[in-house]
Amino acid sequence: MIKISIKNLNVFYKNIHALKNINLDVETNEILGIIGPSNSGKSSLLQVINRLSEMNNSKVTGEILLDTESIFSLPINSLRKRVGLIFATPTVLPGSIYKNVTYGPKLHKKFKKSELDELVYFALNTADLWNEVKDRLQESASKLSGGQQQRLCIARILALKPEVIMMDEPSSGLDPISTAKIEGTMVSLKDKYTFILVTNNTKQAARVSSRVAFFLSGEMIEIDKTEKMFTNPKDKRTNDYISGRFG
Amino acid sequence: MFKIKPKTTQIIAYSVLLALTFITIAVLVFIILFIFKNGIRELSWSFLTQPTKEMGKEGGILPSIVGTLLVTLFSIIIATPIGVGSAIYLTEYTKGGAIRRIISFGADCLAGMPSIIFGLFGFIFFVIMLKMGWSILSGGLTLAIMILPTIIRTSEEAIKSVPNAYREISYSLGGGKLDTIIKIVLPTALPGILTGVILGIGRAISETAAVIFTAGSSLNMPTSLFSSTRTLAVHFYILAREGISMPKAYGTATVLIIIILLINFIAYRLMHKFISKYY
Repeated sequence: MIKISIKNLNVFYKNIHALKNINLDVETNEILGIIGPSNSGKSSLLQVINRLSEMNNSKVTGEILLDTESIFSLPINSLRKRVGLIFATPTVLPGSIYKNVTYGPKLHKKFKKSELDELVYFALNTADLWNEVKDRLQESASKLSGGQQQRLCIARILALKPEVIMMDEPSSGLDPISTAKIEGTMVSLKDKYTFILVTNNTKQAARVSSRVAFFLSGEMIEIDKTEKMFTNPKDKRTNDYISGRFG
Repeated sequence: MFKIKPKTTQIIAYSVLLALTFITIAVLVFIILFIFKNGIRELSWSFLTQPTKEMGKEGGILPSIVGTLLVTLFSIIIATPIGVGSAIYLTEYTKGGAIRRIISFGADCLAGMPSIIFGLFGFIFFVIMLKMGWSILSGGLTLAIMILPTIIRTSEEAIKSVPNAYREISYSLGGGKLDTIIKIVLPTALPGILTGVILGIGRAISETAAVIFTAGSSLNMPTSLFSSTRTLAVHFYILAREGISMPKAYGTATVLIIIILLINFIAYRLMHKFISKYY
C-alpha cells in the first residue's frame, strides 16, 4: 500500500532549485530513511509535504498524494493533523508538559477533561516519556532535558493521532541514550504509523529504516531496501556518501 | 612604555559602570526622598479621604485621587486594545514592508511629541468639536492617544521577540494564524506588553499639560465620565504655581508618587507570578 506518492515534484526558493523532479512513494507502515549531506533538499521535502514551505515564498510544482488525495487540495489543518512533523531542534511551547501535549488536539476539536487526560497518558506513554514526567505534568516543559523535550515533541504529534510522522533529524543534538529511546519508539510504532526519517546520521538510517533514499543537491539519487543500499548501492555517489568519502 | 594591565582596565570599567548606575539610582532616590521629606507630614487619613476646600488650601485630595485613577484607567482601557491590536497587525500580518515602516515611524514621531500638543489637540477635537466638554472622557481619550505609541512600540518589540519556532510548531500542529496568535504569541509576549502598559500608565497618571486642557480642573467629586476633574498632577501644578499651599502641593506629589510606585509594584508582582507559572 502506498501512503504518500510524490510525482514530478519541483521546489524553488526564489532562484534556488531546492528539489529537482522528485518521484517517490512512501509505503504504509514503513520507516523510510532519507539521507544525504546538508543542502540536499531532505528537509525541504518534509516542509513541502507538511505545506510549511508555503510560509516562506516557495514555488512548488508537481503532485503529492496522501492516500489518493492531493495534499494541496486538503484543508491545511487536517493535512497537518494527519501528517505530523518533528523538527530537528526540540522546541517546547511555553507552558506545562500537559499543555504541550494537549495544544494540538484542542486545535482540532473540543475534548472533555477525562478524554484529554487519557490522550496525554497515551501520547506520553507511547513516546516513552510517561514514567519520567507523570508526577510533574503541570510543571513547565522547558525544565525537561533535551532528550525529554524531543520525546515530548513526539508525544505532541502522537496526541494528534496522525497517520504519517515525519522527523527532521530528530536526534541531531541528543546523547546516545536519548537517541536510542527515540529510535526504539519509532520501531515499536511502525505497525501503526508511517514514518519518514530525515537524518544526517547514515548509521541511524541503517538501524531503523526499512528503505533508504539518498538525496544529493536536490536530486534523489536512489532509493532501495536498507540492506541493499548499504551493501550494494547502484550509484557510485551513494557508495561514496555512505562510506564517508564526502558529506 | 606605560601600559595598562588588563586587570587594571577591568577595575576601571567596573568602577565607571558602577558609578553610572549609582548616579541613576541616586537621582531617583534623591527626588523621592526630597518630595517625601516635604510632603509626608501632610499625609493623613483625612488628607486622603476629605473633599478639597478653599481651592486646595484646606481639606484633602480625594476628588483628585478618584479623578486621576478614573482618567488613567479610562485611557488605558482605550489604548491597550488598540495598541496591542495594531502591534499584532504590524508584526504578524505585514511581513516587514513599507506599511510597517511608515506606521512605526509615525508611532515614533507621535511618541516624541510634547504632551501640550496632545492637550491642545484634545481640547480642540474632543472638548470643543465633539462637545464632550472638560471631562474625564475628553482627558482619557487624549491620554489614550498620547500613550498609544508607547504601547504599540513596546508590544511590537515583545511580539517580535517571540521565537519563530513557536509559531512554526503551532502551524505544524494544524493551528491557524489566529489560534497561534491568541494561544501562543500573546501569552509569550504578555510580560513585554505589560511593560508597555505600565509605561503608559506612568505617563498618563503623571501627565499635566494634556489633561489640564481636556479634563479641566474642577475640584468636585466626579460623578460620571462627563464630569470635569482635576488630576493629582494638575492639582500639584496649580497649588505650586499659584502659591496656594506648598505643603499641600508636596502632600499631593507624595500621594501621586506612592500611587505610581504601588501600581508598578503590583504590576511587576503579577508579571512575575505569571512568568513563573508559564515558563
